Amino acid sequence: MTYANTLDLATGAFLLTGVLIIWRRELTSLVMLLGWQGAALAAIPITEGIRQEDIALIGVGVGVAALKAVVLPMLLTRAIGSAAVDRRESTPLLSTTASLLTAGALVMIAFAVSRPVTELASTPATRAVPAAIAVVLLGMFVMVSRRLAVSQAVGFLMLDNGIAATAFLTTAGVPLVVELGASLDLMFAVLILGVLTGRLRREFGDTDLDQLRELRDR
Amino acid sequence: MTVLMLLAILAPAVAGAVVAAFGWRRVTAVGSVLASAVILGCAIAIATQVRAGPVFAAHDLLRADALSATMLLVIGTVGSLACWASIGYLDTELAEGHTTANGARLYGVLVSAFLSAMTLAVQANNLGVLWVAIEATTIATAFLVGHRRSRAALEATWKYVIICSTGIAIAFLGTVLLYYAGRHAGGGDTSLNLEVLAAHASRLDPAVTRLAAGLLLLGYGAKAGLAPFHTWLADAHSQAPAPVSALMSGVLLAVAFSAILRVKSVIDVALGTGFMRAGLLISGLLTIAIATGLLVAQRDLKRMLAYSSMENMGLIAIAAAAGTTLAITALLLHVVAHGIAKTVLFITAGQLQAAHQSTTISDITAVLARSRLLATASSVGMIALLALPPFALFASEVSMARGLTDSHLAWALAPALLVTLIAFVALLRSASAILLGDPAVGASPIAVSVTVSTALVIGMGATLALGVTAGPLTNLFHTAAALLGGRP
Repeated sequence: MTYANTLDLATGAFLLTGVLIIWRRELTSLVMLLGWQGAALAAIPITEGIRQEDIALIGVGVGVAALKAVVLPMLLTRAIGSAAVDRRESTPLLSTTASLLTAGALVMIAFAVSRPVTELASTPATRAVPAAIAVVLLGMFVMVSRRLAVSQAVGFLMLDNGIAATAFLTTAGVPLVVELGASLDLMFAVLILGVLTGRLRREFGDTDLDQLRELRDR
Repeated sequence: MTVLMLLAILAPAVAGAVVAAFGWRRVTAVGSVLASAVILGCAIAIATQVRAGPVFAAHDLLRADALSATMLLVIGTVGSLACWASIGYLDTELAEGHTTANGARLYGVLVSAFLSAMTLAVQANNLGVLWVAIEATTIATAFLVGHRRSRAALEATWKYVIICSTGIAIAFLGTVLLYYAGRHAGGGDTSLNLEVLAAHASRLDPAVTRLAAGLLLLGYGAKAGLAPFHTWLADAHSQAPAPVSALMSGVLLAVAFSAILRVKSVIDVALGTGFMRAGLLISGLLTIAIATGLLVAQRDLKRMLAYSSMENMGLIAIAAAAGTTLAITALLLHVVAHGIAKTVLFITAGQLQAAHQSTTISDITAVLARSRLLATASSVGMIALLALPPFALFASEVSMARGLTDSHLAWALAPALLVTLIAFVALLRSASAILLGDPAVGASPIAVSVTVSTALVIGMGATLALGVTAGPLTNLFHTAAALLGGRP
């Protein structure tokens, strides 16, 4: 398989998992899909690294795989816990059909907004940037259209995956010190969201974020 | 110089480690105050050495210049006051059973981490490091916002983490795109460094840079309390412990805004001044309008103070849009003066909250008759906040207005002045409701601990002194304005 093909396959899988997350409602399948998305993301720097014979970049790819395909999904699984409540989005704000149609529209918007990026330097990698931007938008959409705490965290991580993919596709990743700092920040953020999910369940009995409406101005 | 820069970052980190090891005791708490005083000392020492231009350290990841010195000054001052007042605040919380020894320890560790992250953010020369540090402030403050562990605090924490992290993630996308543009302009692997970006700014691809600039403004704007991602602000500031609210309102918002100022100086060269000016004007005016709308008929004291901070951030954004030397100098003075005045007010609010078990304005009345100190602190802070002479905010707002006129943006003055006036009336009404009125039957005098009262007195002294003269700060602000591309 050529370099361009592998890269297309990885970004294709990356976008596909994003759309599947929009489609699914079971929290465990959301987290599993997020793990697969992390694996697809890690394939991007590894492919680039093999082509450029850059050991450091391959190392970054392996690190990304460990963090986003293994550690973060594990943390989220722990946040779902074994409680019987809140295992799926039972009353979503949008029907599945409407969600998928919106997802389609977001992918088209992604192609439009990433035009300047592709035009600055047209390589196989930058031509795949629209897929990464699409995942950023899909992540935001998950955050606003789902009601459970864990789904919102999944949306946030999709957003983050999309940004990481953009970085790998445009510049073969940000400098290592920034990559490390950003990964550390992300891990802490997910840990905090996990703890907060537990507290939500203890305080409110479930993790439906619609209950968070005590703080208002009148 | 490198030593000073690292010392400012490490001092609070060490103080935090000591609290983690030995718990929140008198000695360790004083240690955290000393660490903030060290930041202040470093700020002064750095300020005297950056007249000639920026100095770089740690493989160019860090920089010291007039802006970083100004921001360190604010962090050090407000940090010292807030840490000092924290001693009395936590004593009360522990005595009333609102927190435990472990809770107090966590508080001490997180406040130190928060201060350390802010000192890193303002000294970052690399946009990636800047981003990491700003996101670290969100992480450090998350459990501080939720310190009280009530339902309301939990709600505020969730919204805070989600909205700020998302906003900051958007800023990261902007950073990545700017890096991409920088590399294609010949900046190489160091294209995230501010001085490298500035050197190659005229060759940055305009279309990609525009996209990046928009995302950076939106993202860091979220953390600076600018519309449209401001919705976390009042919830978090009202639920956080009072000294932390002071740090968030007085310093954190300004630290996030300094990131916008850093980025703006690069973008202005790449795209001309029009792009960031339009963005900052729209965002600033919108922020003032929203904040004022929520100030009117606000019933909660801490939310009122939070919205007033939002209004001031809006004013600062508009001054940055003007971009003249005068306007930038005024903006920096505004940051310093607002930071200290807001600290006095939030610490006072914390005492009133403890005395009434409430922050609802109608529950708090006749403070004048019950605590001379809290009444004086409320009055001084409030008059300073209302930008009346002789306080520094009066001078800074007048200079901002002149800066706008000089930049042919006088039209923006009319809406800004109108809403500021409405906010003025709203603040004045709430302040008089709190201070005056007949004490309820059986209302006792309000006791204030020694540490809190000294912090209040020093804060008031600083506010007054700054009103009389900005002294050597004026030179520092001018150097910073020149650095940020201020036009005459």
